[in-house]
Amino acid sequence: MNTPSDVGKQVLGPDDVRRAITRMAHEIIERNRGTADLALVGIQTGGVWVVEALAAEMLRIEAAENCGANPIVVGSVDASLYRDDIGMRPVSPGSVSDLTFTVEGVTVVLVDDVLYTGRTVRAAIDAIGDYGRPKAVQLAAIVDRGHRELPIRPDFVGKNLPTSAEESVSVTPNGVTITQGTDT
Amino acid sequence: MSRSLLSITELGETGLRRMLDTSDHMAEVNRRPNPKVPALRGKTVCNVFFEDSTRTRLSFETAAKRLSADTMNFSVSQSSLNKGESLRDTVETIAAMGVDAFVIRHGSSGAPWQIGEWTSISVINAGDGWHAHPTQALLDMYTVRTALNRPISVDGGSFDGLRVAMVGDIKHSRVARSTTEAFKLLGANVTWVSPKTLLPPVHDESVVANLDEVIEDVDVLYLLRMQNERMSEALVPHLREYTARFGLTPERAARIGRHVLVMHPGPMNRGVEMAVDPGELPGSVINQQVTNGINVRMAVLFELLGSGSENSLTGNTES
Repeated sequence: MNTPSDVGKQVLGPDDVRRAITRMAHEIIERNRGTADLALVGIQTGGVWVVEALAAEMLRIEAAENCGANPIVVGSVDASLYRDDIGMRPVSPGSVSDLTFTVEGVTVVLVDDVLYTGRTVRAAIDAIGDYGRPKAVQLAAIVDRGHRELPIRPDFVGKNLPTSAEESVSVTPNGVTITQGTDT
Repeated sequence: MSRSLLSITELGETGLRRMLDTSDHMAEVNRRPNPKVPALRGKTVCNVFFEDSTRTRLSFETAAKRLSADTMNFSVSQSSLNKGESLRDTVETIAAMGVDAFVIRHGSSGAPWQIGEWTSISVINAGDGWHAHPTQALLDMYTVRTALNRPISVDGGSFDGLRVAMVGDIKHSRVARSTTEAFKLLGANVTWVSPKTLLPPVHDESVVANLDEVIEDVDVLYLLRMQNERMSEALVPHLREYTARFGLTPERAARIGRHVLVMHPGPMNRGVEMAVDPGELPGSVINQQVTNGINVRMAVLFELLGSGSENSLTGNTES
């Protein structure tokens, strides 16, 4: 993986990622008028750390504004049993879904690191629906790289990043990197 | 991963660990109020059972349905095999109907391999003769892993130091063969507890000839079904004598530690190998074995039918 052509181009640094998460945390709170009846659900596996970072930031903001805050409800969802390309590629389930709260009547903010074709999000929305009927589902992603193949749009975006389909995008707390070549 | 599951040997340690990981996903599905996912929509699974079975056939059928696959059941007694159709013609006829997987139980060892050579369809061995019963071994491993909370996955973890006693008719038991192999792949120490007449002619397991010798030194007590036919074949003098030396009697049940897992593949012969009420044993995981059977069979079906080759889908598959 470390041949010269694989060395990616860093387009966002750690501070940029941190600031993007802070801004998204503010936007989620503003749009939903607080954090009551709200749940952050990370899509396995890339969305899980983002949920943790967002929840920590939202808790900090709420605590500062309200002199104490309730914990942010978080969870994760594995969409691999709901994908539309089952049987067309190797199966690679992430960790097991962890949705221990009642989905019924809650506003679920689906969270992923990169938004691309929208197919994983579609699968994740179906997966959430099997746990109950949320009041609403919103979508947050640190990077929106375009190339949507379904009518899905994000509600909260860290950074719009025009890419070509021949590139792959990796997002970590240490930054956002674009690499030539698709990953599977 | 291969498109068929024929034995633990062919699955290998990595495949076994992967199946356990995938079973966790299926267990989560089965804990939901509506335990059904759309993963295998459009796939058809055909159960072909040449031998009687309650739990394995129902377990596979339930597993397929919870993954939204369609199921077909073929039972020999109502088939054209009774009109003299050959096994090969029968298999090819069903295959021509557009089936994606055969789940096969057959009285002859090796039948699933033979059928696999006649067809390109996925074949899952649901028990062949005295030879192998890989999904039973998988559900046994999953049950022990869950009950003992051992973090076994493709990333590591093992049954190192776990002492397992398999008690009963080893020779005629495909369960004993597959489950012993799986336990050893994951690092457990297996002892066979069996009369000499019920041991396979060639083996390299440690053997004791009386349950009392090991009962205080085991972590897993695995009782095998003692079949009545073995008495008429004169391999055991009398079932009562078998119970006296190998059965889990109230007296022996009092000697096993509370942490000891008691397992049985079913169907159980109460009063023979199981001479106590298993519901009263603190370590009985016999019902969990049945429940976990659905989890691991869903994992097997999903891994075999839900998987494609590396290059069959072009492009990036991220979100």
